[in-house]
Formats: sequence, C-alpha cells, structure tokens
Amino acid sequence: MESKEFDIMDRVNYDIAWCPGCGNYQIRTVMMQALAELGLRPQEVVLVSGIGQAAKMPHYIRVNVFNGLHGRSLPPAAAIKASNPHLTVIAESGDGCMYGEGGNHLVHTILRNPDITAIVHDNMVYGLTKGQASPTSRRGTPSPLHPADRQGVTSEPLNPLALAISLNASFVARAFIGDQEQTKDILKKAIRHRGFALVDVFQPCVTYNKVNTFRWFKDNTYYLPDSYDPTDRVSAFQKAIERERLPLGVLYVSPDRPTFEEESGVYDTDRRPLFQREVDWKKLEALICSMKSAT
Amino acid sequence: MRPVVLARMRRDVSVVLAGAAGQGIETVGGMLSTVLKDSGNNVFTTREFMSRIRGGTNTLQVRVSSHRVAAYCLRTDIAVPLDRTAIPHLAKYSRLQESTAIVGEAEAVPEEYQRRDRVHLVEFTQMARELGSKVYSNTIAAGVILTLFNADRDAGRAYLTERFAAKGPEVVQKNLEAYERGVMVGKRLTSEGLIFQIDREESVKEELILSGTDAVSLGAIAGGCNFVSSYPMSPSTGVLTFLAQRSQEFGIVVDQAEDEIAAINKGIGAWYAGARAIVTTSGGGFALMNEGLSLAGMTETPIVIHLAQRPGPATGLPTRTEQGDLKHFLNAGHGEFARAAFAPGTLHDAFHLTRRAFDLADRYQVPVAILTDQFLLDSSWNVPMIDLSDMSTEKHLVETDDAYRRYRLTHDGVSPRGVPGHGAGLVVVDSDEHDEDGHITEDLRVRSEMVRKRLHRKMELLRRDSLPPEVSGAKKPDRLIIAWGSNYHVMREALEISGRTDTGLLHFRQVYPLHESVAGMLGDADEVMIAENNATSQFAAVIHLETGVRVPDSNRLLKYDGMPFSVEEVVGFLNR
Ligand SMILES: Cc1ncc(C[n+]2csc(CCOP(=O)(O)OP(=O)(O)O)c2C)c(N)n1
Ligand code: SF4
Repeated sequence: MESKEFDIMDRVNYDIAWCPGCGNYQIRTVMMQALAELGLRPQEVVLVSGIGQAAKMPHYIRVNVFNGLHGRSLPPAAAIKASNPHLTVIAESGDGCMYGEGGNHLVHTILRNPDITAIVHDNMVYGLTKGQASPTSRRGTPSPLHPADRQGVTSEPLNPLALAISLNASFVARAFIGDQEQTKDILKKAIRHRGFALVDVFQPCVTYNKVNTFRWFKDNTYYLPDSYDPTDRVSAFQKAIERERLPLGVLYVSPDRPTFEEESGVYDTDRRPLFQREVDWKKLEALICSMKSAT
Repeated sequence: MRPVVLARMRRDVSVVLAGAAGQGIETVGGMLSTVLKDSGNNVFTTREFMSRIRGGTNTLQVRVSSHRVAAYCLRTDIAVPLDRTAIPHLAKYSRLQESTAIVGEAEAVPEEYQRRDRVHLVEFTQMARELGSKVYSNTIAAGVILTLFNADRDAGRAYLTERFAAKGPEVVQKNLEAYERGVMVGKRLTSEGLIFQIDREESVKEELILSGTDAVSLGAIAGGCNFVSSYPMSPSTGVLTFLAQRSQEFGIVVDQAEDEIAAINKGIGAWYAGARAIVTTSGGGFALMNEGLSLAGMTETPIVIHLAQRPGPATGLPTRTEQGDLKHFLNAGHGEFARAAFAPGTLHDAFHLTRRAFDLADRYQVPVAILTDQFLLDSSWNVPMIDLSDMSTEKHLVETDDAYRRYRLTHDGVSPRGVPGHGAGLVVVDSDEHDEDGHITEDLRVRSEMVRKRLHRKMELLRRDSLPPEVSGAKKPDRLIIAWGSNYHVMREALEISGRTDTGLLHFRQVYPLHESVAGMLGDADEVMIAENNATSQFAAVIHLETGVRVPDSNRLLKYDGMPFSVEEVVGFLNR
C-alpha cells in the first residue's frame, strides 16, 4: 500500500484548518506513511477523534472516521474495536481532549486494555479555543487565564507517561514530530502492538505556545538508548518522571496483558464481527422456556 | 379466636410480607409465587423497599387471583410481619384493614395488635430451631401461607428440591421438613377458617413468571442486542446484570463503563461498527448521557436507551418509582434532532417494545428510549409463553462501494448506513456539521438541508411509524382517562371495579411522537382526564403540545410520593 492511498487531498480540495507551520501537518504525513508501511488498507482502518485542532486529523486522511465529542474519543474507539476486532482502530486527539476532558476515559481505557492506539498531539496548550493552558502546560507558562504577572500556570503538569505506566498500560511511548522518521517508527510499533498503546507526540503550536517551540523540544528531549529495556517497569517509571530532559521512544511495554476483546469471550469460538451475527432464536426460546419460576 | 372466612367472594387475595432487608422476604415471595403459579393460580408480585442493604422496612405484595391482575393495591388480606416494624409500617401507609389477617410470631406482632381478631401467632423461629437452625423459618412461613391457598404440595416440594439442590441433599431434606411443618400449621389455620379458595386455570401452570426487568432484557436479546455498556444505577441495573449473565450464550459484549458519558459514547461507537447496542440507566445517569444523545442525533447513529425512572431531582428516592423523566428524555441533548420513546405498560409491551426499539433505531438512525420505572421493573407476574415463531431482525446495513457517502441526501430522508470494513467505501461520521461525505462543513446551505433531514424528515417518518394508543373500557365513552407506561394494569383494574360505563381508558405505550389518530380521539370525548406518577403532569404537556388538547388541572390525578398508584386510589378518582 502506498502512502498516497491514504491521502484524501488529491481527491477533494480541502481547506485544511491548521495554521501554516503547525506540527499537525507533519504528523499527518507520518501517519499516512505508517499506515501504508504497515500494509493496511484504508477500509480496515478507523480513525476516532474528539474535538480540537488535532482532532480534525481524521478528516485529512483517507480512512473510516468517527469524529465524536470533546474528550470522548476513547470510549467509542474501544467499542468499535470490541464490535469488530478485524479493524485497526486509532484514537487521535489533542492533549486537552485526551488528558483534560477525557482524563477519566484515559485511565479506564488503560485499565481495560482494548487493542487500540491513542495518539495524543501534545502541544501543551488548547489550540482551537485560542491558547488556554492544557493539562500538560508547564508551571509558569503564561496563558490568557494565567497572566505572566501572576506567575502563569500554577498547577503541576500532568505526566501522561508516568500515569500510564503506573496503571500498567500495555504500551507507552513518546515522540517528537521534529523527527519524522523516528515518530513514524514509534507509531508503527504502537499500532502493531496488541493491546492499548499510548503515544504522546510533542507537537509545537506555533500560534499559541511561544514557550515550547520546536527549538525548546529539540533542546529538552533525548532518545532512549538502544540498550534500554522497556519491559522493566520500575526503570520505565524512573524515565517517565525525569524532569531535566524528557526521554523519547518506547518507554514501557507490558506484553502479555490480554485485550478487552479477548476477555469479552465473544470471539472465543466465533471470529465474526458483531454486524455479521444473527439472533439465536433457538437459544432464546430455551431461555424463555426456562423462566417458569420466580428468580 | 373467631373463625373467619375471607375472600370466598373475592376475586383475589393480597398477601403482604413485611420486614427488614436481609430477612428473606424475597425468598418467601419467590416460593409463594412459583408454587402458586404451578398450582394454577395467577400471581402478581410487587416490592417496595428502602435504599439500604440491611434493615429498614421493606414489603412484598403477592396477589393471588383467579384472573390476571398486575397492580398494587392497598388491601391486605394476609399480613406476614417478619419484625416489629412491619405492622406499624403497613398501618402508617393505610395498608392494614380491619379485615387483615395477621400471621406471624408473637415477637413480630406489637402488643396492641395481639388482642385483635384475626391474629394467628405462629412460632416460626422456635419451630425452625427445632429443625436445627432458624434459617428454615422462611420455608416454614411459605409452607403455612401456601397451605391457606391449598397449593399443590408436590409443586412445593419440587420447588424446594430444585432450589436447594446445589447446597446438597441434607439442605434439601431439612427444607422439605420445614415445609411439611408449615403445611401442618397451615392446616390448623384453615380449620380455624383461614382459607382462601381462588379459582384456578390449568393453563397458568405452564406460564412464565417474568419481571419487567426480565421482559426488557429478553426483548433486547430478541432485538439482536449484542453490546451493552452501562454504569450501574437503580432501578436500571437489573437489565445490565441479566445481559451480562447471558453474554456468553448470546455473544453480547458487556462493558461496565467508567461513567454514563462513556457508556453512551461506547454504545454509539458500537452501532457505528455495526453492533446493536443498548445502554441502561436511570435519570441521574441519563443526565450525563445528554451530550452523547446529541452525538447520536448529529451523527445519525442509532442508539437504544433504557431509561428506568425513579424519583428525582438528583438522587431523589433511589429505590422508589416515578414517571418523572419523560420531559427529561424529550428535551435532552443540545440542538434539534428526531427521537422516539416507548413506555411499556405490560410485560408483553416490555418485551416487544424493547425489541422494536432496536429495529426502529436502526431503520431511521435515531435514538430510541424505553421508559420504564421501578414499579414495572421490580414487579413480576405470570404471562403466557412469548411466541418467537414469526420474529426476525430487520436488516438495514448496506455494503458500501467506492462512491459511498454516509449522509447522502435521499428521496426518503434516510441515508443508507454502511459500517467500516464492509465494502469498498469509507464510513465517515462527524459531530460537527458535515456534508454528504461526512466531512466538516461550514456551508450554511448544507447545514439547513442536514437539519431538515435529521429533524423534520425523520420526525415525519417516526410519526408515521408510531403506535396508536390502546382504547379500552366503555364502548362509546363520554369520558376518557389517559395513562401511559406502567399504569396500564392499575387503570384497567380500577376502571373495571369502578363500574363506570361512561369512561374509557386511553393507554399510550408510545409516548413520542404521538400517533396521528390521537387528536381525533381526544377531540371526540366530552371530558378528558389523566393519571401520572409525577407532579407536573408531564404527559399532559406532551399531549397539549402535540394535539392542542389540554387536560384541565382538576382532571389530573398525580402521585409523586415514590409509590405506584394503588387500585383504590384510582377507583376513588374515577368515582369522585
Ligand atoms: C464539551 C466541550 N467543552 C468544550 C469544548 C471547546 N473546545 C473545543 S477544542 C478544546 C480544546 C482543544 O485543545 P486540545 O485538545 O489540546 O487540541 P488542540 O486544539 O490544541 O489541537 C475545547 C476546550 C467543546 N467542543 N466541547
Ligand atoms: S493553533 Fe496551534 S496547534 Fe492548532 S493548528 Fe495552529 S499551530 Fe497548530
């Protein structure tokens, strides 16, 4: 499969709603390449998103799309996978959407471990609503609601990786879109991983985040060495809470967790997706017949 | 003690068990209803309980009758108090009459009642201890009551044998002994004149005993339900539990969601991928689903919502009943879109309407609610076997081709629905305003067309497909009394008892949109009345809005204390 198979732009003439120079463009390019290199067909991929600038991504890629509500990309994504495990399901949205409005869903989706991938565009700011702080904004960052003369953002930033590892997420990684090849490689690993995969992608917002720029991310990140063992949970956690420079790469893998779909038991003996199934009238009749006494 | 013969003339007898949670009221009630049904009696059981796991005062009413009844009544023919609080509790709520026979231990009958006629003291606990443990007192009590109805003794023995089989032969044996002791006491009481002869029907023996919860759950399975995601909330949880317990047998994905927001978003995601999903919740949970309801409206994704009503606002009375969420459902969600709501009145309705909800949601790609309430869900009675022979599931999914457009504007107003992975096309749905392809648009002309499709055209289709209300009672009535949902049986019974030949009952099992015949029916009556379990007469408001007919305030019987209507109350209203 070629990457242009996933490009919707040469079929329709879209007016992309992102600012010139935004990191979202590169994420789009990398996503299309990753899907193509994984040998997927557009028909078997579903991109699910919430609301925000990042959440518009599915509209700019040629796949099945469920563009739902702000913060709510993970519940439908998990349900889509549980209803048809043959699909490759990817939830993609911004940090406000995934970590703010959708925080509770993130926690519980990690615990359930559906075989889906969550890609979070982490620009440490709310883009679509014009520059408010996001859960990942650093302390001290000025925002319209946190003026510089009052020390900027005062809350501790959310550490999505440490959170995910603490919940024994089955795959936890971080990428920086300044490096397209590396990001693509991480995305491919995440999508291929069986179980819930979280990829936090650093993506500079050139319009609203004047602090965490391309330069800033370049200077404040480093790649985990090849010798790094992602199955060691304690050292993964240590890496995740480093503050000086932020590690990039696959931080943690918990390879043996069964997925939600497997645990449901519904596919144990019947691999068909739910839409191909029929009511078993014989069984239903037997069940009803058995109800001749009060329970 | 003066011998009394009750109920000879009566069509039915009401037995009320009362005591604390955890005392075994349910166990006794379950045995009474099953064995009496197996003996050929019609039985109806309804419960009333406090929001606590132990203690409090709960009651369970079993009506044993010669014909089908399925309503709560204040009359108590036999009261079986299981603790000291039972009798005062019944008295407080007008459920104890001069004619009520009390069968219980001295301990459980307060002094001032002990001297009354018709008090039969039976030392259940003492007798049970003699058998080795006081746990047998419930079986003894059931044996006593069953004997007053001359229940089939073999049916009683068979019930116990099956019920305790898993606990081993010794437990079975002990319970059989306990039952026989109860039978002996029962015989003594019948010789004192406490005997109830209720006509029987052979066919009843083969019938089912279903609760509202069972009927909704079975209806869901018959509707092809293969996905349920919900967050527990009384009184809706039973449906979730039922489906979970049958999930392997029927291939149902069960997701106990982290909250109701996730639950409905999952339900919608499941339908998007071609599953048939239900979410089951109560008012408070549905409040959290409002946003998701809008998503279903905008994306034109079907969803079936079981909304089990209980009194609000907020957490209200968690274990009580009310019809207080009709407007909540109809007004829920931001923006404007089509929807439909059913309100089952009978077990038959609960099964068939739930099943229909799946087809209807699928046919028009809209949210469909089944509005039940605690009274319906927690009551059970005998009904004939459900006939499945002609049933099938409607198929509305299309295989997509290259040119597939999810929101194609069609002649009939419904766009063919594809699912991802089925065909060459791509399925694009969006919560933003979108074009026919499903992609975001800010073209205001497209916006108007989409609103017409999602709202006006679909409402038109839903109205055309709606179920008319059922008319019963007087042939050519001057007066019409309106009821909806679970008040069906109480209205039928009250109307019959009232002897009013001038009054007809108009019962709605579809409460939105209303069938086009309604305006005419109401227009023809001289007087229109209504009975609802809420304080503002919500359905009267819907009727007014939809037909222009206003039910006068003085013609409204409204009850909102958390209890269902009793037959007596409705008779009083009809004959006021
Ligand atoms: C329930 C709800 N609340 C608020 C909004 C408004 N809103 C839209 S996007 C957004 C934040 C977007 O930030 P982020 O998720 O970080 O994405 P970005 O735009 O930065 O890519 C908000 C608050 C909404 N659409 N829905
Ligand atoms: S606001 Fe920021 S994140 Fe959004 S498109 Fe513009 S640059 Fe990108």
